[in-house]
Amino acid sequence: MERRGASVCSAYALTVMSRSEAITKWWNQGRNRVLLFQVLLILGTVLFFFLIGANALSNLEKQGITSGFSFLSQKAGFGIIQTLISYDESSTYGRTFLVGLLNTILISVLGIICATVLGFLVGIARLSTNWLIAKLAAIYIEIFRNLPLLLQVFFWYFAVLRSLPLPRNSLQMGDWFFLNIRGIYIPRPVPEQGFVLLGIIFLLSIAGVCALKIWARKHQEKTGIELPTLRTSLAIVIIPSTITWFATGGPLHWELSSLQGFNFKGGLTVIPELAALLLALTVYTSSLIAEIVRSGILSVNHAQTEAARALGLPQRKILRLVIIPQALRVMIPQMTSQYLNLVKNSSLATAIGYPDLVSVFAGTSLNQTGQAIEIIAMTMAVYLTINLTISWLMNRYNARTLLQEQ
Amino acid sequence: MTRAHTPHSDLPPPLTSVGVVGWLRRNLFSTPLNTLFTLGAFYLLYRLMPPMVNWALLDADWTGTGREACSGDGACWVFVRLRFIHFMVGFYPEDQLWRPVAAFGMAGLLLLYLLLNGLPYKGWVAGFTLLGSPFIAFFLFYGGLFGLPVVETHQWGGLMLTLILSTVGMLLALPFGTLLALGRRSSMPVARTLSVVFIELWRGVPLITVLFMSSVLLPLFMPDGIRLDKLLRALIGISLFQSAYMAEVIRSGLQAVPKGQYEAADALGLSYWKAMLLIVLPQAFKTVIPGIVNTFIELFKDTTLVLIIGLFDLLATVQGSFTDSKWLGFTAEGYIFAGLIYWLFCFSMSRYSHHLEKKLHTGY
Repeated sequence: MERRGASVCSAYALTVMSRSEAITKWWNQGRNRVLLFQVLLILGTVLFFFLIGANALSNLEKQGITSGFSFLSQKAGFGIIQTLISYDESSTYGRTFLVGLLNTILISVLGIICATVLGFLVGIARLSTNWLIAKLAAIYIEIFRNLPLLLQVFFWYFAVLRSLPLPRNSLQMGDWFFLNIRGIYIPRPVPEQGFVLLGIIFLLSIAGVCALKIWARKHQEKTGIELPTLRTSLAIVIIPSTITWFATGGPLHWELSSLQGFNFKGGLTVIPELAALLLALTVYTSSLIAEIVRSGILSVNHAQTEAARALGLPQRKILRLVIIPQALRVMIPQMTSQYLNLVKNSSLATAIGYPDLVSVFAGTSLNQTGQAIEIIAMTMAVYLTINLTISWLMNRYNARTLLQEQ
Repeated sequence: MTRAHTPHSDLPPPLTSVGVVGWLRRNLFSTPLNTLFTLGAFYLLYRLMPPMVNWALLDADWTGTGREACSGDGACWVFVRLRFIHFMVGFYPEDQLWRPVAAFGMAGLLLLYLLLNGLPYKGWVAGFTLLGSPFIAFFLFYGGLFGLPVVETHQWGGLMLTLILSTVGMLLALPFGTLLALGRRSSMPVARTLSVVFIELWRGVPLITVLFMSSVLLPLFMPDGIRLDKLLRALIGISLFQSAYMAEVIRSGLQAVPKGQYEAADALGLSYWKAMLLIVLPQAFKTVIPGIVNTFIELFKDTTLVLIIGLFDLLATVQGSFTDSKWLGFTAEGYIFAGLIYWLFCFSMSRYSHHLEKKLHTGY
């Protein structure tokens, strides 16, 4: 009965619709309209790109600039203050691009590590039962996340690092660590003969620990008995490596920096541009990460802690097995966007002259060659690629932490 | 023989668990580790605070008309005081200062009217603030009408430029971002793809490259004879960039509108645009107002980057004043002053967004 009613209804609806469709113009009919709109959208986009492309070609021709990527093999002819691969003034623009790219990756990786560590510490401090610590953490967060990053970069670079003493009066800690207006000087590790052997032994013992952990987990799944693996693992990592260290006679020594003439020679130098940018990125991003950490931990229902305590788990395990896995679920997507922002923000390097991709390629190289379209497109493509890679990695990690619901 | 039980009157709580002592024990010295942290924090404060207060307030110089007024021990705020107008409006002619003051006064009064509770005609005032006041403000800044002399955009600067860049970027990003968000959730594959590509492209690259693009590439893309003003180019770049972020905020609002609301709009026979404008978007906007305020804060901080393409916003003006040979060596004062202004704007906006979040959190 009901079914019949429904079919009568729909038949009625159909007649009404067909009658009204016959009356309305064809472009007002749902499907046609959608089609028309999309065709117009495509035509508009194509026309837009055609117009700006034609304008760009005629403008470039007038300025006498040939388009294409052949400039990448031309000689660049300028020096760069920090290069991770060999580079000099006779290198090509292609090489400049690589140097800038590596410097961008260096500052991004360092920044992500430092900001995550500091952010976690501040976020946990913000939740501390110690009133003073919690308030100090809150002040830290409120100050640094409400100041423009560029202002912070300038502050560290021009107001703090520029007011350091000259090399002759460096601040120093023993003979290992010097700080002056030219940068930070730290010892450089120099591997000697036998270092490769030490490395192999170390990696093998790490593999051994992993095997032990897997075996212990299988054992626990089978029998329910939890084996204490911490001490055994420590022994596996430390003992063979220590024996090899002494057997090969300590195959690593530290090259110290020392003042020769007006400047320091030897050792590793952290240029002030890198130090200022890293400081600013770390402090700024950590204040944002701290809030993410706090919201993640607070999002875990308090009953979870109580239930875990009722099961008799010790505090350490409650944190590791109950709270952190659930907090991570809330934190990871937000952390991902902070990491992406950090990579993008590393381009502020150009304001103080740290030689990152934007500074040496979209800055100096663009000014010298005038290949604006190619260079800007390449720079944007690099950031898009880095960011897509990070979000892909983080999404995979995120998928592993997601709640497995039935 | 039984003795009558006389209950002892309640003892007061132990002195060590109430009052100041109790608070200290609970909040600062509850465990040995906490005690250690507290003492460490106190030591840090002791080492940092007195020198900072001395430098910034007690030993500082406040009055004077030139470099001689700086005695050298503490901060020299004379530098900031003498350059205050320059920091606020850049190279805007001094005899025309009333114009930016009037424009910002108008904007301030309108905002105040909108923020206060329980005033009538808020809808009309909001409409005027969004659609009418920007044009009035533009003619006040630029001039050319009613006998006001023209002030070219390269003379605009300081905090005034920072505010112009961020509010115009925001006002343009709102409608454009809404269109993109609707496009991203549309059932039309072409519109959806174009929106996704647009949003992800701008969100994936740094603002600096967008600004470089707008300052270097836009002139190339223009037909012969059309020259875009530098400020206008920066505004186009910022608006494109901001629209992509705004689109994602609004999309999250659209997703939060229950499916039943879309269905109800369909059942009423409303067209797509009527359903969106009258039913879906108002609800979506209401849920994401805090998110919109947050992207505005981000934009406000990000406008500092225009100094890289040679526009003189607040930070660039302050930075530029350090090169004045009469006033070398006052970087710290300048940065602290600029930082204070940025901080006050951002902090009050973030407080306001918190307040909205609480106010709009109705039900469950």
